[in-house]
Amino acid sequence: MNVATELRARTPDERLAGIIKLAVMAVGGQGGGVLTSWIENLARAQGYAAQATSVAGVAQRTGATIYYIEMAPKEAGQPEPVFSLAPASGDVDILIAAEMMEAGRAIIRGFVTPDRTTLIASTHRALAVSEKMTPGDGIADADEVRAAAEIAAQRVIMADMEQAAVSQGSVISASLFGALAGSGALPFDRAAFEEAIRASGKGVEASLRAFGAGFEAAQNPENEIAESAPQPVQVTQGVRGPKHAMRKWEAMVARVEAMPAPVAEMALPGLRKVVNFQDVDYGAAYLDKLDTVLARDHAENGHQLSHEAAKYIANAMAYDDVIRVADLKTRARRFDRIRAEMGAGDAQVLQLTEFMHPRAEEVAGMLPARLGAKIEDSPKWMARLDRWFNKGRRLRTDSLRAFIMLYILGGMKGWRLKTRRHALEMDHLDRWLDTAMAHLPDRYGMAVEIIRCRRLIKGYSDTHARGLSKFDRVLEGAALVAHREDGPDWVARLREAALQDEKGDALEGALKTVRSFSG
Amino acid sequence: MAERSFKAEVEHLRKGDGDTFTGEGILALTKALLENGVGYVGGYQGAPISHLMDVLADAEDLMSELDVRFEANASEAAAAAMLAASVHYPIRGAVTFKGSVGVNVASDALANLASSGVNGGALVIVGEDYGEGSSIMQERSHAFAMKSQFWLLDPRPNLPSIVKAVGDGFELSEASNTPVMLMVRIRSCHVTGSFPTRDNRRPTLSVRNALSNPQKDFSRVVLPPMSYMHEQDKVNKRWPAAEKFIMENGLNEQFGPKKSRIGLVCQGGMYNGVIRALQRLGLADIYGQTDIPIYCLNVTYPLVRDEFLEFAKGKDAVLVIEEGQPEFIEQQMGSILYREGSKIKLHGKDMLPLAGEYTGQVMLDGVTAFLKEHAADMLPGAVLAPNEPKPEIPDLFSTVPIRPPGFCTGCPERPIFAAMKLVQEELGQHQISGDIGCHLFASLPPFEIGGQTMGYGLGPASNAAFDGGGERRAISILGDGGFWHNGLSSSIGNMVFNKSDSVAIIVDNYYSAATGGQDILSSRAHNDTKSTNNPISKALKGVGVEWIRQIDRTYDVPKMREIIHEALTTDYDGPKVIVASSECMLNRQRREKPIKKKAIADGRRVEAPRFGVDEDICTGDHACIRLSGCPSLSLKTLDDPLRDDPVASIDQTCVGCGNCGEVADAAVLCPSFYRADVVHNPSGLEKWWSGTRQKVIGWLQARRDAKRLDVTGVAQ
Repeated sequence: MNVATELRARTPDERLAGIIKLAVMAVGGQGGGVLTSWIENLARAQGYAAQATSVAGVAQRTGATIYYIEMAPKEAGQPEPVFSLAPASGDVDILIAAEMMEAGRAIIRGFVTPDRTTLIASTHRALAVSEKMTPGDGIADADEVRAAAEIAAQRVIMADMEQAAVSQGSVISASLFGALAGSGALPFDRAAFEEAIRASGKGVEASLRAFGAGFEAAQNPENEIAESAPQPVQVTQGVRGPKHAMRKWEAMVARVEAMPAPVAEMALPGLRKVVNFQDVDYGAAYLDKLDTVLARDHAENGHQLSHEAAKYIANAMAYDDVIRVADLKTRARRFDRIRAEMGAGDAQVLQLTEFMHPRAEEVAGMLPARLGAKIEDSPKWMARLDRWFNKGRRLRTDSLRAFIMLYILGGMKGWRLKTRRHALEMDHLDRWLDTAMAHLPDRYGMAVEIIRCRRLIKGYSDTHARGLSKFDRVLEGAALVAHREDGPDWVARLREAALQDEKGDALEGALKTVRSFSG
Repeated sequence: MAERSFKAEVEHLRKGDGDTFTGEGILALTKALLENGVGYVGGYQGAPISHLMDVLADAEDLMSELDVRFEANASEAAAAAMLAASVHYPIRGAVTFKGSVGVNVASDALANLASSGVNGGALVIVGEDYGEGSSIMQERSHAFAMKSQFWLLDPRPNLPSIVKAVGDGFELSEASNTPVMLMVRIRSCHVTGSFPTRDNRRPTLSVRNALSNPQKDFSRVVLPPMSYMHEQDKVNKRWPAAEKFIMENGLNEQFGPKKSRIGLVCQGGMYNGVIRALQRLGLADIYGQTDIPIYCLNVTYPLVRDEFLEFAKGKDAVLVIEEGQPEFIEQQMGSILYREGSKIKLHGKDMLPLAGEYTGQVMLDGVTAFLKEHAADMLPGAVLAPNEPKPEIPDLFSTVPIRPPGFCTGCPERPIFAAMKLVQEELGQHQISGDIGCHLFASLPPFEIGGQTMGYGLGPASNAAFDGGGERRAISILGDGGFWHNGLSSSIGNMVFNKSDSVAIIVDNYYSAATGGQDILSSRAHNDTKSTNNPISKALKGVGVEWIRQIDRTYDVPKMREIIHEALTTDYDGPKVIVASSECMLNRQRREKPIKKKAIADGRRVEAPRFGVDEDICTGDHACIRLSGCPSLSLKTLDDPLRDDPVASIDQTCVGCGNCGEVADAAVLCPSFYRADVVHNPSGLEKWWSGTRQKVIGWLQARRDAKRLDVTGVAQ
């Protein structure tokens, strides 16, 4: 047996503090491998021993991936240091997150700690499938990650590195490399970083530009804040048109301005939307409807009901019909916007294909109200219309034929108010408003929540039908809880549930709960 | 052509005596094979050794200069079977595939090989796909070494050690007439570093020359009574020979002092993690010098009894650090110590987790627990009595979405599964079986198609119980890689022979795509050394499938839907096979992008398609995303107080595959999508005509704008 005294703590090796541990968390396809090899080559060129590892394979197909590098100054006559092959929680000096939620993931995994970690993160979002596929708003809250980062990291450097790179015609690996240089977290100067890019020999110029943008962003992160400051909205600026219409517009704006501030703030964009949808007279009809709500509203509730009504009545009045789509598709501003977005200059020709799929419902909806109703009631006629029209149609709106067809359709606004679709929409709107207003004066909260349920109706064809059915089911549930103190909360819950999945499984569950206690 | 080219790196494989090689682990492995006079190499791709296959393929010129034969084997079984060349001939051979699934597939050949024994060194390089980033079930390849009795090397994860293990492996194999498996973990395959190179060596006997003098030895055939002799030979001759070689040549390493009360035993692959834990406890320096003895098993099977007992002598306690389960090494060491009547306290899975990767934290916790119990004096005060409370970091677990891998932008498999989802909406849910390959991503949202995967090429086979049919036919998926690997016989042959009344969809993307875009028999590219362009549908006909539908553009969703619908509803009650073919977009872009770029620069006419969404037409329901999941189809929150939900938006990474428009049409979604084709270098006539149309359109637009009240100016 050996003597126990031999097992003493040894004096920790100071050189261990010289190991720099750097992890890159990225989304597959972001060029994390390129970034890693730049960092590694930079370190070696600067007389460091360096080791990089990655987890290759199928995980790299658009999934979250991780790269890891360790480096330490080389000592003459010594072997290679023993480096770790994977980051350990609580033991990372520099964490580069190539996307906001990846920064969050790094924090969850303990790779960002207040005693040592410099967190360099791009604030842009590459949305995960689970965030995108929700029928409502499923986007994760980036502010929570930002707040956690402030606590978890010793130092935080955040900027939109994706934008910084794309604006320079490059990819995010280059701007992140720039941000790493700009952070000063590695003991190498800027020229050495740039040399690593040059040595790689691929897309050098664009990479160097993006590198520069990332470098700047890391050194002056406040620039970004100045950029995103909201611009005050000017009421009448940019509105133009025939004189008589302008006069009516100004009168309507005056009506809006006379409303209580919280209502006016929503009524103005609402007015804009319905006028854009139809015309100024339709705008006046919108304000009339809003007035009936406002007349029964009170300041003590902050005019919440009218504020919500201003929003949802506008959305209901500007429904998505064939005429609206055709009008929007043929506007000059749209053509300009697409040209700019696609980077088509004067030297290039732009071809534009639209994907339309009219069904019998759309055609019947365009007919005069009574005839349309009759045809919709006749399965024979509907089948006939389907045979004639129900087909995927690809329209080349850069060609005269398709353009003129849509142009004519888009100009049928005079006709619209007589159509079956319009009658249906107005009927639905009135019933919905009546249902909401019936809760007044005693159940103000219920009225507000019923108004908000209009959010469920959106989309076209099947999606629209599904939305309508969800809307009806939520209203059914609302009727069950109308007299309860917490009725409004339940309606809100039902609505949120309806937005969670496509088929309405969550809504069905919530309805079951409601039914269980409402007997 | 594979996704990643190693042509440039392969030049470094020519380095010789006195040079230094710097690069990735897999390249080092290749170099080591050449330095050790290998005569033939092969394997089957799969993470983490896909790149090793790519390196070998790219190094084919160099290898033929050295008389080394390279085979891209049809499967792991084929690769392992190839090692039969080393049974009789004194030729070194090496094959590579992934563990544990590749070893599963290869196990038939490996077991026969191990029974026969080898004359020339036979090396199986296994990339152990375990832990973070793994795409397979979590198992150990170790068990295969034990059951078939071939030797398992697990070198320390640095380039010099890995390179040395290749040479050691060949010699050990030859010294004990036993095949050797060299295991490298995911991260070791891609770890970078340097090692001093040696000259490449030609094989003393090339496989080509071996054919001039064929050899056979009846006693090596696995048939009774020889197979009984093989078993005796394994334990009586080969095993002792292996132990002797391992000991005499110091294949296992010991670090730290010779004498101590305590000691650590670890697999070679765990060494760096162990040292890092000791470094964090202040018990090892930057170069790994430590006061705690470490017995590092670069050979994890067989264990060398005498060597281990020598290490254990005089110690009170030993901690075995063995990743994965069951804990084969620990059990065996326990048995050795027990038989020796030893009083040593053997720790392992009591202080370390039974299952899962031994990450930095796990290792630190395990080593700390061991030292706390047996050598608390060594631990720094902060570890024994932490007095600083850890800062409270907000829990982001419910905020951060999971991000599993999925289909790439423009993937040709997306429209196949969009069509399937649409068919199921109409006909109801079906019994669906997946396979191995990118198409398995369809089991994740937004498609959620398929609920099982039984192995490579086994998709249709795993639906065999349902071959008799029922109210709704069973559907199975099979990739082109899986089809040629095993699917043609095990799945399609099985369907034909059993008159299966079910549907198989073969996803043909022209490559073994999930593993990195390697060519296979049905690849469309010309390949100088391999035979490509062998159509899958021809093979189907050959094995007797009568109902075959070939689709050459998967992006045609309505057609795709129609054919799947037909397969599910037709009166024909035999096997129905759909071959859905379109090129892997990742590979296609890599191939076409530079060509297009050059064409534009050269002034030739090029159409560049991209999709867009009219945000004022999109209502933010995201139905399109539920039929896509494309990375380039995302959401955008509008600066409009009237809108509650974000709208769809397509970014500049869109490759214009067409799925968005097709799906909008097939599912009658909405008219928000448009395709913009930018025509670069249009002809004069085309430009003139486009200009004329623009003028007419512009005039019409101006005419209407003059009449309407335009209130959109500020909003946009």
